[in-house]
Amino acid sequence: MIDAKSRMPKTSLARKFVVALPYAWLLLFFLVPFLIVLKISLSQSAIAQPPYAPVLDFAAGWRGIARFFAGLSFDNYRLLGSDPLYLLSYVKSLQIAAFSTLMLLAIGYPIAYGMARTPRRVQAVLVVLVVLPFWTSFLIRIYAWMNILQRDGLLNKALLALHIVHEPPVWLATDTAIYIGMVYSYLPFMVLPLYAVLEKLDQLLLEAAADLGCPRWKAFWLVTVPLSSPGIVAGALLCFIPIVGEFVIPDLLGGSNAPMIGQTIWTEFFGNKDWPASAAVAVALVCLLVTPIVLFQHQAMRASEQG
Amino acid sequence: MRRVTAFNLFAIVLGIVFLYLPIVVLVIYSFNASRLVAVWGGWSTQWYAELAGDAAILSAASISLRVALVSASLATLLGTLAALALVRFGRFRGRLLFASMIYAPLVMPEVITGLSLLLLFVALAVDRGFWTVVIAHTTMAACFVTVVVQSRLVDFDISLEEAAMDLGAPPLRTFLTITLPLILPAIAAAWMLAFALSLDDLVIASFTTGPGATTLPIRIYSEVRLGVKPEINAVCSIFIAVVCVAVLTASLVAKLTAARGAPTRL
Repeated sequence: MIDAKSRMPKTSLARKFVVALPYAWLLLFFLVPFLIVLKISLSQSAIAQPPYAPVLDFAAGWRGIARFFAGLSFDNYRLLGSDPLYLLSYVKSLQIAAFSTLMLLAIGYPIAYGMARTPRRVQAVLVVLVVLPFWTSFLIRIYAWMNILQRDGLLNKALLALHIVHEPPVWLATDTAIYIGMVYSYLPFMVLPLYAVLEKLDQLLLEAAADLGCPRWKAFWLVTVPLSSPGIVAGALLCFIPIVGEFVIPDLLGGSNAPMIGQTIWTEFFGNKDWPASAAVAVALVCLLVTPIVLFQHQAMRASEQG
Repeated sequence: MRRVTAFNLFAIVLGIVFLYLPIVVLVIYSFNASRLVAVWGGWSTQWYAELAGDAAILSAASISLRVALVSASLATLLGTLAALALVRFGRFRGRLLFASMIYAPLVMPEVITGLSLLLLFVALAVDRGFWTVVIAHTTMAACFVTVVVQSRLVDFDISLEEAAMDLGAPPLRTFLTITLPLILPAIAAAWMLAFALSLDDLVIASFTTGPGATTLPIRIYSEVRLGVKPEINAVCSIFIAVVCVAVLTASLVAKLTAARGAPTRL
């Protein structure tokens, strides 16, 4: 492997092109936009086009640049700290993401575990079955739940018919509906990494534990769970991070009283047209997620190097 | 050795039912004759017929398809190059930043990706529309493509390339005749994933779109916010049917090519 690499001429033009093209693309469309968000979060909202000030004016030379830096301020961040709406929004997002991730783990683990124990041929079919809903639109799957959870929807009809309730309960516009939507949408993201680890688990280890007199539940707790921890971490990160910033699910299934952070960014931007405030909320969200994102990158890089 | 217990079976069956029941209900209700979504009024295909005359939905669908075709192709090109760079080039300068920029968008909340790209387009004074959505989707999807192609490249038996080069094939020729055909199934799968991601996206498209570039999810979302509608059930059912057929065909093709290509994989 090392041999083949060294044989590739280090300075070949083709080689440079292979790296440079995606590199330049990601710099321009991923990193630079972030820096712009950072900059706008330090600007003031203004009734102008674009609706913020100051605008970097290169035409005015150094004076323009100096004026630009003098105009930056942390006012938007002060607003984030002082207005309880924002704080509540962050707390709610973290809370929903944490509980959803725990529920996903509790529901996803038995499914992944069961899948890993079925015969190979069945496993292949089950993987396709779990992946398939992921390919159909996110929006459509949430809409499907709106069908079921509405006041005279199937869920209430079933509950009434079974005499579990006498009055149809309200599901839509509640946190319960948000949790259902989150667990439903992110289940494949939890099951697949768990399955990938559990499927490779050496059964001999469990047999050895049994031979040594370890009861099955204890062997599960002492052998299977620790060995599947990379899958648990991957699945949890893969669910937790996007759920914190989720927009569609709380917007369609949740109520309007306490928005999640993704909704706050959306309404500041589209509703209030306050771009600097919405940029500041976004920057704060990224700061909140930096640790889990770095953990995820670390884990993904290690996984890709191991193959 | 591996026994499937009743509990295992229960978990699997319940999981699959949970994943599919809402979709099945949606599809069944798209054939409901009653305008009231909650009341079953017998079978009918009237909502599909009404759809055929709905110009707004049809144009949104055609825009979505075009955006997805272009952005999936661009993302596949960029993502494949990125995967080659990550797997084959060892340590090059700036690799860590490069890898970070590949993995971060995979989990980045869409609201942030959308907002930041929009602010870029505003800063560059670019008119928003079809091409800005294409650029946004390409950026998001390229990272997924990289991961898919990368996993194939890691499995790849490098001695095949070495053999070609030992026999005097220049790097580019080796790539075109040996590497590319072998990673082609992964590239095809990645293209499909990128296509599906683009077709599916609401949030990023909402931020980066402009006049005349309303995609299907944006259109569906604006209808859905007002409540459940039978026409939307019909649109969604068609969407689901297309996706299911495409994915099942693709996995079947992948299985056939894998079976045929098995000996070369050693």
